[in-house]
Amino acid sequence: MDPLHEHMMNINRRHFFKKMGMGIGGLALGSMLDPFGFGTNTSDDLLNAGPVSLPHFAPKAKRIIYLFQSGGPSQLDLFDYKPKLNELRGMDLPESIRNGQRLTGMTSGQDKFPLAGSVFDFKQHGESRAWISELMPYTAKIADELCFVKSMHTEAINHDPAITFFQTGSQQSGRPSFGSWMSYGLGSLNQNLPSFIVMLSRGSGRPNGQPLYSRLWGNGFLNSLHQGVQFRAGKDPVLYLKNPEGVSRKERRQMLDYLAAMNEEQSKIFGDPEIVNRIAQYEMAYRMQTSVTDVMNIEEEPDHVFQMYGPESLTPGTFAANCILARRLVEKDVRFVQLYHMGWDQHDNLPGQIAKQAKDVDQPTAALIMDLKQRGLLEDTLVVWGGEFGRTNYSQGALTDTNYGRDHHPRSFSIFMAGGGIKPGMTYGETDEFGYNIIKDPMHVHDLQATLLHQFGVDHTKLTYKYQGRRFRLTDVAGDVIHSILS
Amino acid sequence: MLETRKQIILGFYFVIPLVLLLGVRYFSAKPRFGTYSHTTSEVKTVPIPSEVSYNFDVKPILSDKCYTCHGPDAEARQANLRLDKKEGAFGMAKNLSTLPIIKKGVPSESALIFHINSRDAVNQMPPADANLALTDRDKKVLEKWILQGAEWEDHWAYQRPKKSTIPLTQFEKGVAQNEIDYFIQIKLKENNLSPAPSAEKEIILRRLAFDLTGLPPSIDLMDQFLKDTTEIAYEKMVDHLLAQPQFGERMASAWLDVARYADTHGYQDDLERIMWPWRDWVIHAFNKNLPYDQFITWQLAGDLMEKATLEQILATGFNRNHKITQEGGVIDEEYRVEYVADRAITTSKALMGITVECARCHDHKYDDVSQKEFFSLYSFFNNIEEKGRIEYGETPAPFITIDKKIVTNKLPFIHLPDSISKVELMVMKEVDNLRKTYTLTRGQYDAPNEEVSPGTPLRILPFEQKFPKNRLGLAQWFFDENNPLTARVVVNRFWQQFFGAGLVTTPEDFGNQGARPTHPELLDWLAVTFQQDDHWDVKTFVKRLVMSATYRQSSRASEKAIANDPSNALLSHYSRQKLSAEMIRDNALKTSGLLNATIGGPSVKPHQPEGLWEETTSGQGLTRYQPDGGVNRFRRSLYTFWKRTVPPPNMITFDAPTRDLCTVERQKTSTPLQSLILLNDPQFYDAAKAVVTKVNNQNNAASAIEKIQSLFRSITLRRPSQEELILLNQYYDSLMESPKEESNPLIAIAQLIYNLDETTQKS
Repeated sequence: MDPLHEHMMNINRRHFFKKMGMGIGGLALGSMLDPFGFGTNTSDDLLNAGPVSLPHFAPKAKRIIYLFQSGGPSQLDLFDYKPKLNELRGMDLPESIRNGQRLTGMTSGQDKFPLAGSVFDFKQHGESRAWISELMPYTAKIADELCFVKSMHTEAINHDPAITFFQTGSQQSGRPSFGSWMSYGLGSLNQNLPSFIVMLSRGSGRPNGQPLYSRLWGNGFLNSLHQGVQFRAGKDPVLYLKNPEGVSRKERRQMLDYLAAMNEEQSKIFGDPEIVNRIAQYEMAYRMQTSVTDVMNIEEEPDHVFQMYGPESLTPGTFAANCILARRLVEKDVRFVQLYHMGWDQHDNLPGQIAKQAKDVDQPTAALIMDLKQRGLLEDTLVVWGGEFGRTNYSQGALTDTNYGRDHHPRSFSIFMAGGGIKPGMTYGETDEFGYNIIKDPMHVHDLQATLLHQFGVDHTKLTYKYQGRRFRLTDVAGDVIHSILS
Repeated sequence: MLETRKQIILGFYFVIPLVLLLGVRYFSAKPRFGTYSHTTSEVKTVPIPSEVSYNFDVKPILSDKCYTCHGPDAEARQANLRLDKKEGAFGMAKNLSTLPIIKKGVPSESALIFHINSRDAVNQMPPADANLALTDRDKKVLEKWILQGAEWEDHWAYQRPKKSTIPLTQFEKGVAQNEIDYFIQIKLKENNLSPAPSAEKEIILRRLAFDLTGLPPSIDLMDQFLKDTTEIAYEKMVDHLLAQPQFGERMASAWLDVARYADTHGYQDDLERIMWPWRDWVIHAFNKNLPYDQFITWQLAGDLMEKATLEQILATGFNRNHKITQEGGVIDEEYRVEYVADRAITTSKALMGITVECARCHDHKYDDVSQKEFFSLYSFFNNIEEKGRIEYGETPAPFITIDKKIVTNKLPFIHLPDSISKVELMVMKEVDNLRKTYTLTRGQYDAPNEEVSPGTPLRILPFEQKFPKNRLGLAQWFFDENNPLTARVVVNRFWQQFFGAGLVTTPEDFGNQGARPTHPELLDWLAVTFQQDDHWDVKTFVKRLVMSATYRQSSRASEKAIANDPSNALLSHYSRQKLSAEMIRDNALKTSGLLNATIGGPSVKPHQPEGLWEETTSGQGLTRYQPDGGVNRFRRSLYTFWKRTVPPPNMITFDAPTRDLCTVERQKTSTPLQSLILLNDPQFYDAAKAVVTKVNNQNNAASAIEKIQSLFRSITLRRPSQEELILLNQYYDSLMESPKEESNPLIAIAQLIYNLDETTQKS
């Protein structure tokens, strides 16, 4: 907006308040914001050409739920079926297959790399004949809704850089998170809730596994209003949402009315648009107090929903409960809902740990996808399930009949997606019979990011932000849209 | 041929504005969760100046739109054409071999103009797939510049600043206070604007106190100032505040962002580190007014100075503030390389105002910094015996140990509590056998290429023989009288700290992609004055800024100023600014009487919402946030414990950076989450209760209206206007209509005042 126009609008706003007399409290809350389309201050967004022309083409998806599985789920025990590893069990990984792959410091000291086939049974499911292990029975039932990618690969081999890479397109911190890019590029669909919401849960497979870092949902160099907002189980679902003890909603309303009137007095003197803006921010905060509380009020869900998402969904803060919340948030048109489920880092005792860990997520993930489908939301809501890297085909530590561990493996791993214009009932990419190298259709992290952005009508090479003289992208300088998984 | 071109160009002229208009409309309709403002000198539709300047008008276009393929990066260069060099720009074109790229005075015979106007896929520049389309205005600027003779200039920031002549301009009597005002005034005049009158006394003292101490003034000091009608009343306040120990805290608070200070290592399990004694030193250094050249030299190379004192060695902790990992399984060298790179990047961003990190992987695309030069700079920091991965609980070497005795004898400014017998503090220490440094292909730790020796970007100032080839030599290079950047960069950052935006609005980038100074002559005058007259004396320099009439102006903007200069780049009034995250909280503590003004010592843990650390931890390291009891809850915010992976939410929400990397400018946002903090954070609620108690204690027998006035003044440092008092009184009456047993309506009044826009602003 040009500055003069902006100024005139402020004058109009002032007239508006005057016309209403001092009774600002009488104003319908929404009308304080909507008629003026606030949030259009002179901003660097305008100078950063990207969003001006967005979307670049017709979008297929409007919202995304990213179910991030932190720690690195073992693709070889979940989706990437490799009977050869069972045949060759205990044999050393051939050097020809390893082919110079860097090891982590945790297994680089091992003399042997004994191949470890999965102890879990695999079967093909649905018309798509997707291979899924017995660990994921509910997911297996909806196989035909899913698009499996067996050929994900990444550049990082340790947690911090790998998860940072997935979230920001760069291994070193400092760049904006995926959700922040979306908020910056596409804005919000809901004025009462943030456009990028994050929820965390702790896995039962390895409760003390890998930590998380709030920079994973940070805005990097984008403006901090694009920061992911953490929603939490409990009485204060957003930090500082609740009024202080003893302050009622009515009293809060009353205070805000007088606050606005007082700020108006200042606005008359200084003519600073920031003051009008502040009044609007307070109104938004007030509305959030109800909109957030309402959306987080999971108890109003009927019993059959809890049955669908499984018994854990009754416990606030679990992955299952967060899945119900994710559905409630996309129903409210929240753009980007990001769940992090911790505990997938099975360096040892993998069979026991992963069974619990898979149980945490299997039923709720499947329920979420089917729930969205029944509500007609899956069509334009993208669901992604996956971690930051995969795990090795050889055992970390001793291999016994019933036990093994797996180290980090960046060269190939599996994720799955559903909805949002992604082709259902297909598997993309393939690894060799050792489950070590990709032999067909690799998908790099930047390719996945490019493809997801594409579904939102965004050309990943054009969603840029100029910072320190350089135009940055989520996909850095790489990334190809993988068209063959699009419906 | 010419006809067709003309039509095509005309076509462009019609289409582009329409697209822009639609684009902006679309954008305006885009809802946002909160808003923000960003200071920038780039204005969307600036008229083309009558005389086009290469540095100010032309190069920004060439750099932004052309250098990616025709700039300093040799590997990315297309058609063997360099537009950043005179030889390239005036050389012959490759495709249109009969035309020079630029023919002085004749746009129609310049290949550059042909290419930028071409619409066929082969000739169009920039090519469509580059996503770097030139605007209509860009094209006109280039044409006009060529028509006017295509005068070439070297990059302004690499020319040694000259002490500009003070402009001759008329002032109304008593308006100008010092030289700064002449530079500001002349520009205002050129733009038909006039300076605002001085701010009211109540306003100016509050502004000054925040700027010099990070805190509001006390009511007593305000009364003293209001009573003092002498001409030197203001200057007395300036001198008084500069002498307060809180001056050091305020200046340190800004330097901690630059230095990426934190209390944890920052990666993965994010273990605790002890760096607060270094913070104590920064506060001490500002308070004893250590000249800026010494302040920086000690931090860069204190350990290499002749007969280095322990204090000088301690100062080198600056270069150890980067993140350090303990993640099992990482390769040691990979992370060691990260740390060395971080030092080089921080040094250049903080002191040169140049972002060199692009040159880690390839030659810089916009500025004349080659990959080799990046690693030459890197090599200065590559000589300490350090680990890439540390063990849990390990203090990363090299470090010094500080105990009670050392504190008493050598470092009395360190606030080592009785409960701690000694601390280990990371510092810089050169290895005996210097490590060889190589360029790293694509910046990768395991791809060494060509050996390099210590050096600096040639274009800025050659690293001559006279400089020792170590960090001490680097410090000498920074403070060499011919270094064109050091003084400009720091005076610009000080200016930003006091005026809200720098004279160069991109304090991190004085290069080709950065903003041009709004007042180049003033910037240079300040730079030379700080260097040559002040001999880097920070307090003297700061005093000059705040003594200016420009600083003392009212923040009431005239209608004309709002219309013609909405970002207030010309400073026709003082720009209202939101207080920093630290100031917002400290203001509540100070005005309510809760503040614990203890200086220095270990970081403290005030209230934060429960469970934030617990939710993300792996069970190792800092697993649980245990808030401090007692008066430590009320320490100033610069002492709040900074866990990098879970920073204090009330700081981050108010735009404090994460401290992962060097930051020279904070963002400015306004979001509903900020409103929620001011309304509901128990810390602000406690302040509201405390200020009511304070007012009651002062005069319990006073009437409600007197108490309201007193509350208002305690928090905002001014007396309410008649209208304001009426409103507050109405609010009080309505609260009294349904009185509650538990709570005093005055607390609600105090809460309201803490939430006023004014309370969180410098007006």
